[in-house]
Amino acid sequence: MALASLTLSDFRNHAHSEFADARRFNLLLGENGAGKTNALEAISLLSPGRGMRRAALGEMARDGGTGGLAVGADLRVGDDIVRLGTRIDPARPGRRTARINGADAPLARLGEWLGVLWLTPAMDRLFTESPGGRRRFLDRLVLALEPGHAHHATRYETALRERNRLLADDALPDPVWMAGIEAQLAEHGAAMNFSRAALVGRLSRALAQLPEEPFARPDIALDQGGSDDADALREALAAHRPRDRSAGRTLIGPHRADLLVHMAGKDRPAGDCSTGEQKAMLIALVLAHAGLMPKDRPLVLLLDEVAAHLDPERRAALFDRLRDGQAQVWLTGTERAPFAEIEAEAARWDVSAGSVERRS
Amino acid sequence: MASQEIEALASALARLPGLGPRSARRAVLWLVKNRERALPQLVETLAAVQDTLVECETCFNVDTRNPCGICADPRRDAKSICVVEDVSDLWALDRARLFQGTYHVLGGRLSALDGVRPEDLTVGELLQRVEAGGVDEVVLAMNATLEGQTTAHYLAERLEAFPVKVTQLAHGLPVGGELDYLDEGTLAQALRARRPVD
Repeated sequence: MALASLTLSDFRNHAHSEFADARRFNLLLGENGAGKTNALEAISLLSPGRGMRRAALGEMARDGGTGGLAVGADLRVGDDIVRLGTRIDPARPGRRTARINGADAPLARLGEWLGVLWLTPAMDRLFTESPGGRRRFLDRLVLALEPGHAHHATRYETALRERNRLLADDALPDPVWMAGIEAQLAEHGAAMNFSRAALVGRLSRALAQLPEEPFARPDIALDQGGSDDADALREALAAHRPRDRSAGRTLIGPHRADLLVHMAGKDRPAGDCSTGEQKAMLIALVLAHAGLMPKDRPLVLLLDEVAAHLDPERRAALFDRLRDGQAQVWLTGTERAPFAEIEAEAARWDVSAGSVERRS
Repeated sequence: MASQEIEALASALARLPGLGPRSARRAVLWLVKNRERALPQLVETLAAVQDTLVECETCFNVDTRNPCGICADPRRDAKSICVVEDVSDLWALDRARLFQGTYHVLGGRLSALDGVRPEDLTVGELLQRVEAGGVDEVVLAMNATLEGQTTAHYLAERLEAFPVKVTQLAHGLPVGGELDYLDEGTLAQALRARRPVD
């Protein structure tokens, strides 16, 4: 079990909403626009990054509120409770901060306590959209297992912006300066490549154990866009300078990586499969990943409008797999019926116009 | 409504790092309340600073003389130069009196995004000092930020042309720190920088 309770203040359409005594399965029911997904988004902010919707900070505060917002949760760790929170101070609307047990902490520290993964309707296009979405998805999978990934990714991003800035200059970039930036890129990029490759390897092995039914089984591979050896990556970057300069940006490195997904048995790129098959493969990926989480590391799965869109057989299989796993699950839906199988064990809230009411 | 003078003072103070409008107004209010004693003292010290403060032409430290007290001190070992980003870093290092050599203040760190280029820093002057001879060691004491480390890298490469030892401050385990509490980045640095036990 992960979150024992959750509180939202001035978060999107929630002025103040409390979810107390959460269980293994947590069900949020309500009409479209009631604020169910908003609650899941709030949970997604208990991890580093921009959250489930990748929203700008300014979008998330409630209209008519203070301009700030707060999300708090009690995380159960063994017999103890750790208080996790994140907030935007109205006086500093451009900054999201974390609080852990009452003390300010860097956002990355949240990842040390809790892994958060999500499946949303927007991710239905994950296999057909540009690689950026798949990279973010992959990094979130890595981050759930390896909180240090955030550190490397942040430093890499900064170094990349520095290098691109120099590349875009009219004047030829100072080669010594470039080498200094590339040394940083290579160090953090190689670490990112290494973690990503390690995860894809573990995930592939886990997926290979799974049956091809009822969820289409994905074969995954990493196109890693550079070496996981820092020296090799640094040399490659140096050699690529002329081409990068004509492009005005860095064309190699982990920021160009892609997660390649095929449907097992059919040898077809996931992007060419039916919408239903794509969704099934995405679910298989997330479930396999949940199985990799160490037993002592809490994981929260946010399944936004997922169960209702599956046929009864797959839905039953999904609930079975979730029950076998150890992740805490938060699900949203517009109707009760699809969740009949887990209703007895689930905590259920009705969500309406930004307020919540516990039903069971 | 405060007078124009008070508003002007508040807005001047608000620009100081770490202050901002609200703290500045509070500081002004305090100065007004203590105008008999604190205000003249402040005015005098500010005027003295304005009249006497100069940048050392050798190391770019800020002092009331040129060359600065550190560069002019005969007990200092001029054969080793510690390179820092800003004067505040020099103060931090010298407060502890741990470094017996002289300093060189770069005046910032390389940052393409902020438009800080090598020629905006005192890199040329540092290379001239080394080229002039009499320097055995250059200690790079940049911050462990990305820009700081890029700058250290840059300087190390530029200094390669000279017969000097180039060293860098170690990164890793803080004194009194517990492994348990360190992030992986710091731990990795500490492992990489491990050394034989004497």
